[in-house]
Amino acid sequence: MDTTVTTGSDENVWGGGNQPLNASYGKMMMWFFIVSDALTFSGFLVAYGFSRFKFIETWPIADEVFTHVPFFHGNYPMYYVAFMTFILIMSSVTMVLAVDAGHKMKQNKVIFYMFLTIIGGAIFVGSQAWEWATFIKGDFGALETKGGRILQFVNAETGERAALADFSKTLPEDRTKHQSYNGIWYQGEGYQTSYSLNEVIEGFKANPNILIRTELISEEGEKTLLSRKESLAKLKDATMVVEGANLIRNEYGSRLFADFFFFITGFHGFHVFSGVVINVIIFFNVILGTYERRGHYEMVEKVGLYWHFVDLVWVFVFTFFYLV
Amino acid sequence: MAHEHKLEIFRGLVKFKSNIQKIWGVLIFLSIVTAIEVGLGIVKPEVLTKNYFLGMKLLNWIFIILTLVKAYYIAWDFMHLRDEKSSLRRAVVWTPIFLVSYLIFILLFEADYIYNVFKDSFLAWNF
Repeated sequence: MDTTVTTGSDENVWGGGNQPLNASYGKMMMWFFIVSDALTFSGFLVAYGFSRFKFIETWPIADEVFTHVPFFHGNYPMYYVAFMTFILIMSSVTMVLAVDAGHKMKQNKVIFYMFLTIIGGAIFVGSQAWEWATFIKGDFGALETKGGRILQFVNAETGERAALADFSKTLPEDRTKHQSYNGIWYQGEGYQTSYSLNEVIEGFKANPNILIRTELISEEGEKTLLSRKESLAKLKDATMVVEGANLIRNEYGSRLFADFFFFITGFHGFHVFSGVVINVIIFFNVILGTYERRGHYEMVEKVGLYWHFVDLVWVFVFTFFYLV
Repeated sequence: MAHEHKLEIFRGLVKFKSNIQKIWGVLIFLSIVTAIEVGLGIVKPEVLTKNYFLGMKLLNWIFIILTLVKAYYIAWDFMHLRDEKSSLRRAVVWTPIFLVSYLIFILLFEADYIYNVFKDSFLAWNF
């Protein structure tokens, strides 16, 4: 009834009875927040694009980084992320169903669908935690050069990636981790790798079927594989062993890749987490009958908007981090 | 809180009987789009990875377009922008589109410039 003109003194445009754009105050503010948050996420994703275009020829290939599925061994690129996407879209659907049930004032249905939404959100956050743990742990290990570039290893016979443990020698070295308490107090070692640089180099020399793969992406869209001779020459540039990922260095390639991964998926995961918390609060309000007494379930609609927004952001993160 | 739902998607090609039906319909559509994306990402057909448009692989263009399609249906049907007044819809949608397009344009151009500096100038970083 957009065309209805109200003439009562309390109901006129300046009297407070009017709702601009036909949206209530709370809903409007939620849209304000969503638009500004969308711009924040866009800033992060465009910054990712900036760094990627800067190092377009050496950026890690996502298919080769995210290849794990819980409880399964082997190479399954993207399946798990696709599953996570589906979970999030599914929880968005149950949220819409909760909003719809709210419009019809069906309390029990709202409770049921809100519950499913919370479960979906929890599964997603759990999956992301697992994804982070796998990423941080790393799988093959690599060497880092003087210039901060990453050298990875490939088995020449199978063409598969070779882990450090596959070829490294165990030498009679006893290198202990430097703790801050037994030296100068401000110098400590972050972590110690399972093989020393020397062990990897000796192992590489002893195994003629291992080749080095550089960060450079070839015309075919694959990482460049060096010949045995080039590999041995390249090995001289190596300065340290890298296993897994942290904010300073990672075995997957460009350092910025891990930084952006932690920052963007972390920021999104934080949104999902706070979304779950807000959903839980509203869920209990629904159970207590707050909105039944209030006469409408608009609050469910407002948290619903936030929840869908989180889903919307994930659609973009999924594309730019895992697909493109 | 009497809400009128618009029950047509694809510009009236598909019309649903109720709002709940429409939600499930949109879910099926979004799942199909995601499945296509993942499928293309795993198979990587050579036709799409070898051919470029505006400096980007066709495959990546497809991914980005499909993402925007998904974003449209999430915003229009899940966030029920379809049922809001067109003025609210425009304020919400066009503001970020304008700002983000500008940001993408300016940052990606700058990044490409830096890429060329790294590539052609007397600067060693890949060693």
